[in-house]
Amino acid sequence: MMSKLELKEDKMLEVQFVGDDDVLNHILDREGGAKLKKERAQLLVNTKKIIKKPEYDLEEDGQEVLKDQNYVEVLGRDIQESLKNGSAADGGNKVYSFQNRKHSEKMAKLASELAKTPRKNVSLSLKNDPEIMINIPQCSKGHSASDKVQLKNSDKSEFLSTAPSGLRKRLIVPRSHSDSESEYSASNSEDDDGVAQEYEEDTDEVILNQKIPSQNRAISAPVCKETPSKKMKRDKTSDLVEEYFEAHSSSKVLTSDRTLQKLKRAKLDQQTLRNLLSKVSPSFSAELKQLNQQYEQLFHKWMLQLRLGFNIVLYGLGSKRDLLERFRTTVLQDSIHVVINGFFPGISVKSILNSITEEVLDHMGTFRSVLDQLDWIVNKFKEDSSLELFLLIHNLDSQMLRGDKSQQIIGQLSSLRNIYLMASIDHLNAPLMWDHAKQSLYNWLWYETTTYSPYTEETSYENSLLVKQSGSLPLSSLTHVLRSLTPNARGIFRLLIKYQLDNQDNPSYIGFSFQDFYQQCREAFLVNSDLTLRAQLTEFRDHKLIRTKKGTDGVEYLLIPVDSGTLNDFLEKEEEES
Amino acid sequence: MATSSVSKGCFVFKPNFKKRKISVPVEDYFNKGKNESEDSKLRFETYQLIWQQMKSETEQLQEELNKNLFDSLIEFLQKSYSGFQKNSKDWGCQIKLREIPTAALILGVNVTDHDLTFRSLTEALQNNVTPYVVSLQAKDCPDIKHFLQKLASQLTGCCVDEESKEGSTQVAQKKTHCSMDSLSSWYMNITQKTDPKMPRKKRTSSSQWQSPPVVLILKDMESFTTKVLQDFIIMSSQHLHEFPLILIFGIATSPVIIHRLLPHAVSSLLCIELFQSLSCKDHLTTVLDKLLLTTQFPFKLSEKVLQILTNIFLYHDFSIQNFIKGLQLSLLEHFYSQPLSVLCCNLPEAKRRINFLSDNQCENIRRLPSFRRYVEKQASEKQVALLTDERFLKEEIQSLLENLHAYHSNYFLVLRCLHQFTSSLPKYPLGRQIRELYCTCLEKNIWDSEEYVSALQLLRDYLLPPETQPLHEVVYFSAAHTLREHLNAAPRIALHTALNNPYYYLKNEALKSEEGCIPNVAPDICIAYKLHLECSRLINLVDWSEAFATVVTAAEKMDANFITSEERNEIIHARFIRAVSELELLGFIKPTKQKTDHVARLTWGGC
Repeated sequence: MMSKLELKEDKMLEVQFVGDDDVLNHILDREGGAKLKKERAQLLVNTKKIIKKPEYDLEEDGQEVLKDQNYVEVLGRDIQESLKNGSAADGGNKVYSFQNRKHSEKMAKLASELAKTPRKNVSLSLKNDPEIMINIPQCSKGHSASDKVQLKNSDKSEFLSTAPSGLRKRLIVPRSHSDSESEYSASNSEDDDGVAQEYEEDTDEVILNQKIPSQNRAISAPVCKETPSKKMKRDKTSDLVEEYFEAHSSSKVLTSDRTLQKLKRAKLDQQTLRNLLSKVSPSFSAELKQLNQQYEQLFHKWMLQLRLGFNIVLYGLGSKRDLLERFRTTVLQDSIHVVINGFFPGISVKSILNSITEEVLDHMGTFRSVLDQLDWIVNKFKEDSSLELFLLIHNLDSQMLRGDKSQQIIGQLSSLRNIYLMASIDHLNAPLMWDHAKQSLYNWLWYETTTYSPYTEETSYENSLLVKQSGSLPLSSLTHVLRSLTPNARGIFRLLIKYQLDNQDNPSYIGFSFQDFYQQCREAFLVNSDLTLRAQLTEFRDHKLIRTKKGTDGVEYLLIPVDSGTLNDFLEKEEEES
Repeated sequence: MATSSVSKGCFVFKPNFKKRKISVPVEDYFNKGKNESEDSKLRFETYQLIWQQMKSETEQLQEELNKNLFDSLIEFLQKSYSGFQKNSKDWGCQIKLREIPTAALILGVNVTDHDLTFRSLTEALQNNVTPYVVSLQAKDCPDIKHFLQKLASQLTGCCVDEESKEGSTQVAQKKTHCSMDSLSSWYMNITQKTDPKMPRKKRTSSSQWQSPPVVLILKDMESFTTKVLQDFIIMSSQHLHEFPLILIFGIATSPVIIHRLLPHAVSSLLCIELFQSLSCKDHLTTVLDKLLLTTQFPFKLSEKVLQILTNIFLYHDFSIQNFIKGLQLSLLEHFYSQPLSVLCCNLPEAKRRINFLSDNQCENIRRLPSFRRYVEKQASEKQVALLTDERFLKEEIQSLLENLHAYHSNYFLVLRCLHQFTSSLPKYPLGRQIRELYCTCLEKNIWDSEEYVSALQLLRDYLLPPETQPLHEVVYFSAAHTLREHLNAAPRIALHTALNNPYYYLKNEALKSEEGCIPNVAPDICIAYKLHLECSRLINLVDWSEAFATVVTAAEKMDANFITSEERNEIIHARFIRAVSELELLGFIKPTKQKTDHVARLTWGGC
């Protein structure tokens, strides 16, 4: 026991404060006692020491601001203490760095390295898959390793030029200037920006120059040609600055030119993709379950913190949808709550507010604006403190909700005492949505919940890369709406479809001008005055079947906002039925 | 009921009415999963009590700190307003009449705290100067029309409050076109209407003037568009004689902004006076002083925790509100996770509570590191008694807590003393703010530090770091990492870690690898991520998918041979598609039209 003090008044210290000046006089004057003299000497020494040390030579405020180093140290401490917190594992400098030059064969090289990584089952795999072993020694510079992969999958190469018919139907387009051998142009047909055009010519040129029968070789060749010199240069000056400018200066993209079309792989549609993936046996399920259990133990703590005025945001790799759903079914069963799928492409703040006013508060009126509606909700919740509402938002950072206005409104809702918000974010830049003002509205507590779960629901809506837009949704809605129309109206619409399909390859097509359209409709005995046509068009527009746009010449143009593949399918179906 | 649908994105769940009425009390969530014998109920009550006290203390503090500022503001308003009153014919006054009295309020960059200041300012003005106080934010006023509408609706709103709801006509006015003329006539109306009546009680203070001025607060002056500001100022200066306006600009940066936003012709219509609010650093010092450097509240923060909170403050936002939030979270975490926090209350109450400690809690005490250290220093028979005899233990705890309390009261006294001594020394060897000194003292023996040198030996007994005190765990919250995790998270780094080093999360030996490498059995998305790091701006999807297939095929167990190789390839391709779309969702790549079948990288780190 170090301190022998007891809690009796007389043993407590008593200190009387003396003004600064008096203290200074006391220290610097000669009248001080022995102890004070000693003190003074040391203080002086101390000052000298400080003057000698350059790092203390700061401005007056310098002391105030802790050094960056300290700060990082403090924040980076206790890595071991928290197992779940990935934030501490890697320093920022690894994650935030400059763009630097990469060579196109590097990825394939890494791939083969990874493939040979010694594992328990590695010998087995090598035995059964000798190709990989062969690949490794060959993987020197100057060769595109992807070639070898191609060799391995040689059974596919014979199909190279025969793209699946479904794909061809959409993609291959008659073009005057592109020769029949070059398939590159095909998938570019929709890009009308100059870059693609320019690029396309490049490739043609390359093929002509090289004149190598194997297409793959032809494509990887330009890469090989350029690599050595660049590499030498880099070896000489491993200068960061140099690298930076090198990476940023060239507008030319050095990647191989192969396209998916040459590969046998078709774009899969959502359903096939799902079926295929369902055959994949999940790995690490024990570990994943353990992770999830850790998070489930937090459910009650989350409830507590929500009720005490914080809002909770979940981040980390993997879909958090199932976790939130379990949270909902375990603890929210008896309270009013709204689940909001931020990843749903049709979501908007308006629809969120609508479901609160109409379904939660049973209000049937309408509002002049979103802000009015917000005010109304805010007042309602302030008036009635017994009202409680939980909002669960999956993907608060989705395309549809990330806008400033939406965030402001959701933030204002969440700042209400009796609205509790639990949200998840996935995008790596999601926190940029919030400035200080919004952050203080949200009053977040952050929880890392890395689940590694696939984002099945979240990516099922978006027209993601490589996934064929099946168009089944627009197609079925087209059929449904048109079925409810009069035969004449259907005729009018069919006319528009046909015209649009005839013009689908015309990049400057902006729509069917109203006058011409009217003329054609008249000739087909579909309408008798432009008023009836206009009335019909209004109905189409209400069903979102057409879009109108004023051209530069002031003429109205009509356009069906559906891709031509779907329109073709629709026409085929119509013909079948009739 | 499912929460996924292709036709809607919002799903409302309303349990039936009876069930809903019994809403679960908050403390139930606190107690869930906790041992009954660990006083969880009492702990939650204590948390609530201390938090309420701290909260009201900070609010009061804020009020006191703002008092000086508000007083001088009110004085300015009164003074400038008296200008309106004197209908003197004197030329200087005539000139002055054209100038709108303006108070430029420099509030600092901690925008999150401004709202609170404005709220109390509005209240103070309404009590002392005029009932007509309106505040506008830039986001509500994209153009002059909205500006005037908002102003009018708030003004009429003000007077509806005052004049016992004769709202119906005024609500209609909301929609109608608003102009300075209509505002002036409204003002005429309202002042004439109220004048003949005797002022009501509420008015007494402001009724010293026949026609009180209209105060307009622009909360975030910097965000307003120049055009709106200029137009409004020119217009209102024309109407100043019939619509006595006073402006208050809320400024976060520096007063120069006024002249940058307004050309000379406009700014000359203003009669500007500057007011400086208390700097947020001083504010923090006062808050620390009142909440932590005191024995009034038993709850204390460890050095690391305090450091994290002050660092978030100094490096991120300068926001007192956030600091208090951090403090609240610390308090909650402390009571939530430390069973012995039940003793974290004032001394007499703690002594009373000791008597009711359960066996379980006594065990908890015996397990405290600080208590074990203490026991080891005792004579052996006392050691035995402490570890076996509950009654003896409780008596000992009583005295230990007393000591802890005494330690603190001396600690802060001496700390302040030392700070007084050293804060005026040249170069501030021990820091200029008391919080720096406090952090140093919490961390280590201050006299060991080079800067200190044995100058103030007498303090030695009192500034011992808290870890030396038995039972310090009861009142000190030290889980700094929890705070950092929940307040100052770094989602991007978490993503990178999860993608780059899955072993960090999935403790499977197969995933163990040396730095910078990734085993080929790792989750698909990790492999796709790792491969994409090797690419520059654009990535060829074909190359990527083949590289992915190479890795995944190698990793696949060969006993899965029962499916045909074609089907296997298809599945691998599907897995690749999934990984790529997930990376797109996460924002690492995006589709591009620059080159056929390519995607663009969006990040540059992680190499």
